Amino acid sequence: MIIGAGIAGIQASLDLAERGIKVELIEKNACIGGRMAQLDKTFPTNDCSICILAPKLAECSRNPNITLHTLSEVQSVDGAAGNFIVQVLSHARYVNEEKCINCGLCVEKCPMRVDDEFDMQLRKRRAIYIDYVQGVPAIMSIDKERCLWFTKSACRLCEKACEREAIDFEQEDKEFELNVASIIVSIGYDVFNPESIVSLGYNRYPNVVTSIEFERLICASGPLGGHLLRPSDNKEPKKLAFINCVGSRDIKNNPYCSSCCCMYTTKEAMIAYEHDNEIKTTIFYIDLRAAGKGFQKYLQRGNAEYAINYVKGKVAKILEDEQKNPVVLYEDIDTSEIKELQFDLVILATSMIPKKDAVKLSKILEIQLDEFNFFKGMTYYPQKSTKEGIFLCGACRRPMDIPNSVVDASGAAAKAAEIVVKV
Amino acid sequence: MRKIADKDIRIGVFVCHCGTNIGGVLDVPSLAEYAKTLPHVTYSADNLYTCSEVGLTEIKKNIKEQELNRVIVASCSPRTHEPLFRAICEEAGLNPYLFEMVNIRDQDSWVHMKEPEKGMEKAKDLIRMSVHKAALLEPLERIKVSVTQSAIVLGGGISGITAALNLANQGFEVSLIEKEPELGGLLKSLNKVFPSNEEASKLLDSIKLVESHEKIKVYKSCIIEKVDGFIGNYKVSVKQNNKLDEIEAGVIIIATGATPLNPDGYYGYNGKNIISQLDLESLLKNNTVDANNITMILCVGCRNKERTYCSSICCMSAIKNAMLIMEKNPDAHITILFQDIQAPGTVYENYYRKSREMGVLFIKYLSEKPPVIKKNVVKVYSDLLNQEIEIPQDLVVLSTPLVANEDSVLLAKMLKVPLEENNFFLEAHVKLRPVDFATDGVYVCGSAHWPADIAESTSQANAAASRASRILWKDTLEVEGSTAEVIEELCIGCEACIKICPYKAISKDETTDTARVNRVICKGCGLCGASCPKNAIIIHHFTGDQIRAEILTYGGEV
Repeated sequence: MIIGAGIAGIQASLDLAERGIKVELIEKNACIGGRMAQLDKTFPTNDCSICILAPKLAECSRNPNITLHTLSEVQSVDGAAGNFIVQVLSHARYVNEEKCINCGLCVEKCPMRVDDEFDMQLRKRRAIYIDYVQGVPAIMSIDKERCLWFTKSACRLCEKACEREAIDFEQEDKEFELNVASIIVSIGYDVFNPESIVSLGYNRYPNVVTSIEFERLICASGPLGGHLLRPSDNKEPKKLAFINCVGSRDIKNNPYCSSCCCMYTTKEAMIAYEHDNEIKTTIFYIDLRAAGKGFQKYLQRGNAEYAINYVKGKVAKILEDEQKNPVVLYEDIDTSEIKELQFDLVILATSMIPKKDAVKLSKILEIQLDEFNFFKGMTYYPQKSTKEGIFLCGACRRPMDIPNSVVDASGAAAKAAEIVVKV
Repeated sequence: MRKIADKDIRIGVFVCHCGTNIGGVLDVPSLAEYAKTLPHVTYSADNLYTCSEVGLTEIKKNIKEQELNRVIVASCSPRTHEPLFRAICEEAGLNPYLFEMVNIRDQDSWVHMKEPEKGMEKAKDLIRMSVHKAALLEPLERIKVSVTQSAIVLGGGISGITAALNLANQGFEVSLIEKEPELGGLLKSLNKVFPSNEEASKLLDSIKLVESHEKIKVYKSCIIEKVDGFIGNYKVSVKQNNKLDEIEAGVIIIATGATPLNPDGYYGYNGKNIISQLDLESLLKNNTVDANNITMILCVGCRNKERTYCSSICCMSAIKNAMLIMEKNPDAHITILFQDIQAPGTVYENYYRKSREMGVLFIKYLSEKPPVIKKNVVKVYSDLLNQEIEIPQDLVVLSTPLVANEDSVLLAKMLKVPLEENNFFLEAHVKLRPVDFATDGVYVCGSAHWPADIAESTSQANAAASRASRILWKDTLEVEGSTAEVIEELCIGCEACIKICPYKAISKDETTDTARVNRVICKGCGLCGASCPKNAIIIHHFTGDQIRAEILTYGGEV
């Protein structure tokens, strides 16, 4: 059983399935894909994220050795390595999986407008929806908390709109039991909310956004259709600032390093430049951590070919001028003076933080977390959790990028296979 | 092979918007309409995302309902998506080689973003060419090969040991080949390891597990002479104590590690008061560090013009040694001169913070103003203080990077896998296939791929084992059918094709004096076909007729 179907869980599932081992893939959301589906492009190759992920999503739903359980959560686990008994709760989708063809007629008729979590609340979606067009499984689901029928006993317009009679308000949550030899945890990470660092002005200044919001803003399938505009006045921003380590390497928030931000801020600046060659970018950093394969070269390219200026120094404060331009106050390390620079848009590279439900899941699985609530792996064999037969991969054990998550996933799969073949 | 009459050919064309990637530039619905006007096209449609489940279901449905016997998808790159679409055709009962893909994104909408009219003309040309080729496609069969269900692991460091143990624990036979007389690799020369600061030798306890494992055969002092064969069927000739041996295996894992750069010539290295981190490891092992003012210089011989890369593990090992010295001698003054401290993640950042709390001093230097070693002091320009400072020293320790092994070039040639510019092994795809190669059946892990610490090495080792196990558990596997074939009657045995084949897939059949293609090794690249003076080689799926049809409809002459 694999818990969490982001890129790590997907890769682990595919490796095991291709190894001839049956996989039960549990995902809390209505679609698999995780964070990677939200990203525009990915470093260091600048491949379009969804383009390289989509074939893997399709493979996951097609491979006969993989059983997908979406909208599902692990309730309890008994037994030991080689023989775990797992209780799973599958939430009702209120849409018949066999009948729905994802035509979208129901979406047009739904009168509700609610914040779209997939797009980081940057646009509205309906109460019946699919996270993104390539979503797998390609089936609508009804957001029970927001649906008028469930909240006010009214509407049911989607039911009338559906030509295939796929809407099913009578569907109920299902509980079922799985018997598995080994468990892989790959639930990923959450994003730090920088509102708590008041001096940076996030949520007070419209032109201060987070990096994951920026991914959606610049993405062709995002709320702006890939045409970057700044939130306050819908003008094309020309001067961008990225602030690294927001919430990270910060003893008041998250003392650890989030590992990916040095690279992804460079990537985001590159994409912005590709959209508009007039864009000039400043990246404020503490250390430039680019130790991975080809990563130094990537930063050098950013500097030489994409008009990126790297400035070492921690940003003290962000202010706003009358035109709502963010003004960054930072210490110039060459002169030790406090300097001000005005930008059109500031992007905060926020920490990757442990998933909110990590604590609950660690108790269910009886495995330990580290001091920050990431799942604790063995120091030199980090896919091994503190319990025999349970393995970890991806950003649920520490912040990591996609290449490392993929390696981690295959590594966890290999360890799980050792247990499975003994059964 | 079943041939269908020309009149019975029914082509379906699916044109993809790819969100706005194509749809934002090209008029996709009218391309679908245009396709309908082309010969043999009996169905065409446009999809928002052809690769989504909805799009795939559409293809399957129409293969059945419209009785399509050729399918064309005009969308993105076959590199990422062709296997998926072929599999979908197969699921609907169509031979996967009756599928054609037209790249109207990477080669059209992306490059002609600012000139959509010309982009449209090009898209029409590309689709029309594909339709003309599709009419001439032939069904092909994939080739079945038997698999030797055992692995060869090259290199007996921590990576090779971990990979071998995992595969053996999965039940596969493993031959572990080490060129040195003992297993253990670089770990053997280390004192303690970060971030636990435990003895390096403790991690080498796994050597015993390897040497006593009934599924693992260890070859020490053993050198590879030759590699023959292909996925599922490798034959590796090895030499051990002047004795030749041949090992058969289905897959090969490269875990040959890397070499610390020789510090000779850098900063007046003398092995006495100017030493390397590796020298320091042995001083620490023997407890003979005799210095109070120690300066460590990082990035010696890297992050410069000659070697632009960051060796990734040196910051942490310098911090480790600094802390070990401070623990024994709290009065020691240790200064680390760095460019950027690489301490990613949770544990390493803590470790770095702890060293600062212990009193290790960190000073950033600029690569264009490197430190200068004088008698009893190190002079360095500090960016932070904007001035040159002098640090008293009675021992200078240089951190040199890991560089690729000298024999990696030869090994890469034998295994027919590529290296990157620094001679580390180059994987198939940096993100999605980080331990695979484009050549099937060969995998890489540890510092042979890129400088890696222990946790990274074991992670990659298990990952490589996982990828290898996907091949090893089956007794047969299928490989591509779109390969070259020699028409014996036309071949004059000139051997031009044998010389040009980059995969060494062609050999001479001595009895008939003609060339013969090993279709399992052949990648269908076409070089042999193009070089054959007698047109005696058919490149299946890219035949002369098919390519000619494309050129003719484009407006060319043959």
